[in-house]
Amino acid sequence: MMQTQSLTMPGHASGEHGSHDVASTQALGFWIYLMSDLVVFSGLFATYVVMAHNYAGGPTGKELFHLPGALLETMLLLCSSAVYGLAMIAMHKGDKRLVLAGLAAALLLGLGFVCMEVSEFHAMISEGAGPQRSGFLSAFFTLVGTHGLHVSFGMLWMVVMMAQTAAKGLTGPVQARLSRLGMFWHFLDIVWIGLFSVVYLMGVMQ
Amino acid sequence: MNQTHQNSTGAGSGTLKSYATGFILSIVLTAIPFMLVMNGSLSHSATIFCIFTAAILQIFVQLHYFLHLDRSSAMYWNLISLLFTFFIIFLFVGGSIWIMYSLHYRM
Amino acid sequence: MFGKLSLSAIPYHDPIVMGAVYGSLLAGMGVIALITYFKKWPYLWTEWLTTVDHKKIGIMYIILAMIMLLRGFSDAIMMRAHQAIAVGASPGFLPPDHFNQIFSAHGTIMILFMAMPFFSGLMNIVVPQQIGARDVAFPFLNAVSLWLSVAGAMLVMVSLGVGEFSRAGWSGYTPLSEMAYSPDTGVDYWIWSIQISGAGTLLTGINFLVTTLKMRAPGMTLMRMPLFTWTTVFTNVLIIFAFPILTVALALLSLDRYCGMHFFTNDMGGNTMMYINLFWTWGHPEVYIVILPAFGIFSEVVATFSRKKLFGYGSLVYATAAIMFLSFSVWVHHFFTMGTSANVNIFFGISTMLIAIPTGVKVFNWLFTMYRGRVRFTSPLLWTLGFLTTFAVGGLTGVLLSMPPADYVLHNSLFLIAHFHNMLVPGVLFGFMAGYAYWFPKAIGFRLNETWGKLSFWFWLSGFYLAFIPLYILGFMGMPRRMQHFDNPAWQPYLIVAALGTLLILFGIGCTLMQLFVSIRQRQANRDLTGDPWDGRTLEWLTASPPAAYNFAVIPTVHDRDAFWDMKQNGTAYQKPDRYEDIEMPKNTVWGLAIGVFSFLFGFAMIWYIWWLAGLSFLGLIAVVIARASNDDTFEIIPAAEVARIEGLRPQKGTA
Repeated sequence: MMQTQSLTMPGHASGEHGSHDVASTQALGFWIYLMSDLVVFSGLFATYVVMAHNYAGGPTGKELFHLPGALLETMLLLCSSAVYGLAMIAMHKGDKRLVLAGLAAALLLGLGFVCMEVSEFHAMISEGAGPQRSGFLSAFFTLVGTHGLHVSFGMLWMVVMMAQTAAKGLTGPVQARLSRLGMFWHFLDIVWIGLFSVVYLMGVMQ
Repeated sequence: MNQTHQNSTGAGSGTLKSYATGFILSIVLTAIPFMLVMNGSLSHSATIFCIFTAAILQIFVQLHYFLHLDRSSAMYWNLISLLFTFFIIFLFVGGSIWIMYSLHYRM
Repeated sequence: MFGKLSLSAIPYHDPIVMGAVYGSLLAGMGVIALITYFKKWPYLWTEWLTTVDHKKIGIMYIILAMIMLLRGFSDAIMMRAHQAIAVGASPGFLPPDHFNQIFSAHGTIMILFMAMPFFSGLMNIVVPQQIGARDVAFPFLNAVSLWLSVAGAMLVMVSLGVGEFSRAGWSGYTPLSEMAYSPDTGVDYWIWSIQISGAGTLLTGINFLVTTLKMRAPGMTLMRMPLFTWTTVFTNVLIIFAFPILTVALALLSLDRYCGMHFFTNDMGGNTMMYINLFWTWGHPEVYIVILPAFGIFSEVVATFSRKKLFGYGSLVYATAAIMFLSFSVWVHHFFTMGTSANVNIFFGISTMLIAIPTGVKVFNWLFTMYRGRVRFTSPLLWTLGFLTTFAVGGLTGVLLSMPPADYVLHNSLFLIAHFHNMLVPGVLFGFMAGYAYWFPKAIGFRLNETWGKLSFWFWLSGFYLAFIPLYILGFMGMPRRMQHFDNPAWQPYLIVAALGTLLILFGIGCTLMQLFVSIRQRQANRDLTGDPWDGRTLEWLTASPPAAYNFAVIPTVHDRDAFWDMKQNGTAYQKPDRYEDIEMPKNTVWGLAIGVFSFLFGFAMIWYIWWLAGLSFLGLIAVVIARASNDDTFEIIPAAEVARIEGLRPQKGTA
């Protein structure tokens, strides 16, 4: 990211410059990307809601969704999000080992979430309730699965950041990347709030 | 204000207290709708109302305590873009539901 | 090993297609031969293929757009020629399969691979300079965006000779585009080319919005920005919020096609109409994405060549903002006839009518800018005048169509085709041609030949009228769009006239090519030595032509709108600073190009079901991203002495 430190007309301030400006520009760019990702999810949400009752004679949400499992998944993701926050506190204090520990914990909790979700999908598919069964199920698998894919990419990113932190330490660029990963991770938990409310809770109530 | 630190981006960053507050509030706002649905004690529409209210509240909680969103100048464009995104979501999701329901009804 | 791909994918049986394939291959090999002969490969690699310089990226975008214009226009010529004769007993020279691919390719190419790259190119070259910045916010992502667009365009080009293109129109409506009705590679080519280039476009939108918000020169408040920059701001907002919906629509269609899901199938709980809803939720903002930058160009051109500041700057900004907001809320007008209730149709009909109002405000502002100005009839201004007159007609037909009862009669007729071409050609294309002529000297360093430019304009203008007014009439007479053959002989005379119009446009394009050839030959005589060939008003005219890599050796401080004009009036425009400072600029990199190559391979592999190649190229993409994200050495310093040397090469400008 380029510096805007530069010579200007004599007597005038040169405006924003310095490395904090670079980080804030990157952070804003990433935030706006997250907004576009929100629009992706809203398209998937809209599709799900429109097709929520297109069972095609197949199984419904009431029959398929297991609320205790969804609650546990929610807790895993929420804890992961909170733990990442603690890792950020450690980062601002410059505590590299604590950052690595926090990342590892967030990663493990996220892994727990993904494993539960994969096992849920597997169970549904083996009993004939896969995404090819009906429009409702196509929408369910795609909406929840897209979120799960995002979580998986986040976990890959965490692995990369753990490697970078271990190898380079908490340099400026590493910290900026960690804070962007944090934005991504918290954002995914926020999307999950919508997901469990609309898909699981309301799905079971029909 | 729980957030007293400024990080490298100029935005607020969390303290242990703020993350803990956000975490506890989120747990409560998750437990309530789950319990309501699993118990089935309220009426259908009352339960739906509670689910949505709890979800919206928890979203705000996490936006503030985890994503450090506030009305500071460092977060100005973040807030504007988020509000615009909410507007767009309302338009796209609400519009789609209205349109597709109308088609469903008439066909 | 090669999935569905085999030698039978090459359409040996079709002479027209094979002619085009041989022609393209010959042209491509000719270019490669020339580059090799002149030993320019190292130059090409270091200066262009690995660049992250927004100005060069912009030029490459425009080259892409011009090439795709030729491809999309050859589709148009074929359609017009065919329809002029395909009546009654005559089957025409294009069998239905081929004709359907042609209209599908024409729309896809013109909107997504001509208009989008063209405006991306102009935005790339101009916006950082207009805001007094040295670069965009994310130079590497900028390169990635370019190469993703190229990858998508290359998939479209390859579809000509390997397999077939989609026959489902540029909109790919389900269920026609589903596997049951389009089992071949056509729709897949369409999906992947758009999905890949769409990702590039989304990145561009984010990049330039952040650039404009965060990197303006000191003193340049939002309400002091040039109008072209303002319109790109709104365009980028449209991109950021609309393109994700296209991503979703295409992804869901892909899941249906590849994994047998039931989003848009006719059976098993699919909802075919939901695709159309999603597509147009993107599709309507898309057409505003291409028109708003053109409006911005017209604002710049009108002010510069009337020697007058823009009339009603504030109302122009607010009108564009209103257009942006409204354009998110009109999409059902693309499917009034699909069967929603009167309430839904009327809501969207009213919002569509409303959009005409801010557009009208802009037209009046442009007219009032010229009124009592000292107007110079350069080719950019001619394009603008052609726009002002012709676009108004198309706008009126749009208001007509916005009434659901009228649309019920005219939907999918040639009236509709005439309407949207009336928006796209005099609006978007004329705007981009004006921008091309206006900013060419800045980007390249010498002026374009005005005579050929004006000739091109007159051919385009007359050709447009001749090609599209008959289509309005045919629409009223009941002729539907996309007809490979028809039986009503009363329609034929109009189609013959339309074909003649297309011929005139062909001459117009020929003039543009001739203009380029002649201008290059005359470049020494037409060098832009001052950087300000038009006596411009905005900051991009302060830099050299072409600018140094860093644009401004000294970042200007802005005190007013029309910042450069203000500086010229005050005599502060060309002050030489006491000293120069080191300037930090991003380094060149191969990774942007690599992402483009991997994306192309991934798309091609997915189209042909070559799963090992898809997997490998996808992993390659991830590896490149991780490698780049782990690299902290992405900048280099241009020493102050070097800056001084470069600035010293600029011819001295006299005071004021």
